[in-house]
Amino acid sequence: MGYKCVVLIKQVPDTKRITGDVMNDDGTVKRSALPAIFNPEDLNALELALQIKDKFGGHITVITMGLPVASAILRDALYRGADEAVLVTDRRCAASDTLATSYILSCAVKKLDYDIVLCGRQAIDGDTAQVGPQLAEKIGVTQITYVEALTELEGKTITLRRNIGNGWQQVRAALPVLLTVTGEANEPRVAAAKKMMKYKNALAPIEVEQKIKAENPNAVEGEIKELTKLKCGKLAEQGLLMKQWDLDAIEADLNWCGQSGSPTKVHRIQSVVLAAKETKQIEPTEKGISDMIHELIDDKIIA
Amino acid sequence: MIEVNRQGEVWVFAEQHNGRLEDTPLELMSKARHLADTLGVKLAAVVLGDGVRALATKLTQYGADKVYLVEHPLLRAYQTNSYAKVIYELIHKHEPQIVLYGATIAGRDLAPRIASAAKAGLTADCTDLQIGDHTAAKDKQVHKNLLFQIRPAFGGNIVATIINTDRWPQMATVREGVMPMPAPDVKRRVEIIQEKVALAGPDLPLEILEEHKRPKKVDLKAARVIVAGGAGVGSKDNFRLIWDLANCLGGAPAATRAAVDLGFIDHEHQVGQTGTTVRPSLYIAVGISGAIQHQAGMSQSQKIVAVNNDPEAPIFNVAHYKIIGDLNEVIPRMIKAIKEKTV
Repeated sequence: MGYKCVVLIKQVPDTKRITGDVMNDDGTVKRSALPAIFNPEDLNALELALQIKDKFGGHITVITMGLPVASAILRDALYRGADEAVLVTDRRCAASDTLATSYILSCAVKKLDYDIVLCGRQAIDGDTAQVGPQLAEKIGVTQITYVEALTELEGKTITLRRNIGNGWQQVRAALPVLLTVTGEANEPRVAAAKKMMKYKNALAPIEVEQKIKAENPNAVEGEIKELTKLKCGKLAEQGLLMKQWDLDAIEADLNWCGQSGSPTKVHRIQSVVLAAKETKQIEPTEKGISDMIHELIDDKIIA
Repeated sequence: MIEVNRQGEVWVFAEQHNGRLEDTPLELMSKARHLADTLGVKLAAVVLGDGVRALATKLTQYGADKVYLVEHPLLRAYQTNSYAKVIYELIHKHEPQIVLYGATIAGRDLAPRIASAAKAGLTADCTDLQIGDHTAAKDKQVHKNLLFQIRPAFGGNIVATIINTDRWPQMATVREGVMPMPAPDVKRRVEIIQEKVALAGPDLPLEILEEHKRPKKVDLKAARVIVAGGAGVGSKDNFRLIWDLANCLGGAPAATRAAVDLGFIDHEHQVGQTGTTVRPSLYIAVGISGAIQHQAGMSQSQKIVAVNNDPEAPIFNVAHYKIIGDLNEVIPRMIKAIKEKTV
């Protein structure tokens, strides 16, 4: 028994730390100059999956789509208790909007068995909250967004509390479902030391290759390939090789991926320049303040 | 998706719960009216529910040329699948060129499901919408009269203008409170187009067991005067000054995210990117440094007074009145001056 959970996670730039130094001249943000973190609400989604596994047993697969460096959050998920990690990486994914992203992720999820798919409510780099519902539509399952708490899970039926803005509602649905989980749902657990010891050397094949290239700067391509294969084999034996899928592996139709699969395009990006208004300086004295209040009354700003 | 359709209408999804329209679609009406007029097409509101015919009059008064009305017992309560199915069918039947939704929780739940089914574009949480031309970088092709979907990104540090040149309708959700509510015009005549839909059990996969609505205690959007405190106020006790000043002005107390996180006041009072967007006649910012995320929620206030002991605080860049000083002295002086002038 138990439940098969798939958790979609994303590595995001820490947008709370944006300063002028990380902007390009054209006003775009240098993603590489920002610290990359585990999207906060994806941690809540993972935690909910872990709580389900703790209580009912089962299996948790985490998936991320991104550059090879995104493997860092896959390892982080393994440290916290995920059973399996999948990196979806392919240059042809670049410039995907939410629709193309949800299509690619749907192809990956369809390769897995699942009862419950979990996502964070939204990612802090885009704040769109669109990929979860779009993914639910593409895999054809019921979506329950803004989940605040799991109330009951019994057999093939799940009951949850979700936020509805000015209150909450309790809803019940038959599995499979896709949940988007809010930051209020739980307090994500920290990494377990034992699992950290176990998985700190877990790698995706592309990372193995990058590592071997760095260690053998003079090796030719054939040798690198051979060494990578050898090392991947060893890691796989130890259960430390993370899965890696490209668009061919998930049988994605390229027309729906990347730029060609994205109906929305950027027309213009502007940095926010705070417009200085005509500012009148008021002395913090009784007279200064009293005159200002008088002016506001005269201007009918205060009644 | 539908093809580019220059004659297509502009649609607003008129979200209602229990027969009451949400504010956001009504706020959207004047902007949508402007878009429709610029394009020379009709503005339509789309309302789904059971026994909601009376809302058509209100939507017309707020600017709709016509109202698509879909009534069905199974549409009484909002559910993603049933609502998405109906709107998807209407889009394919009437081929609107623009479909707008409020970025409420239901709007953000519904719109992406429809966009995915329709394989059309969708931009989330827009703060402005315009009509404009776009020249494609690749082939220099000019696309005329597109919907410019303008939204903040990267935590409010950049503003992106998003377009959709070919996979229509052009769809967007629009943030609550960023557009002023139009004044109703009671003389406008209603045109109702009744639509029939077939719905059955499988279209409603959720069982709604119970629902609790918290009555909204704080209505910042309706306040003419707002007095907001930031982390600089220092303590919950000291925040009393914010309440006192708000009370004597008949205004509402508000706060930055930092002040809310410090526990000075409840989240309902938060103004900014993750709180409420306000546009009062007077906004008094006390002990607020003026992070971009906060300014996003208040910079459209008619008059802004900023009180801060740091002369370099960014809030002064958007203030009409700048008071450099200790709030513990300035606020009591303001209260005193107001009491003297208004009695």
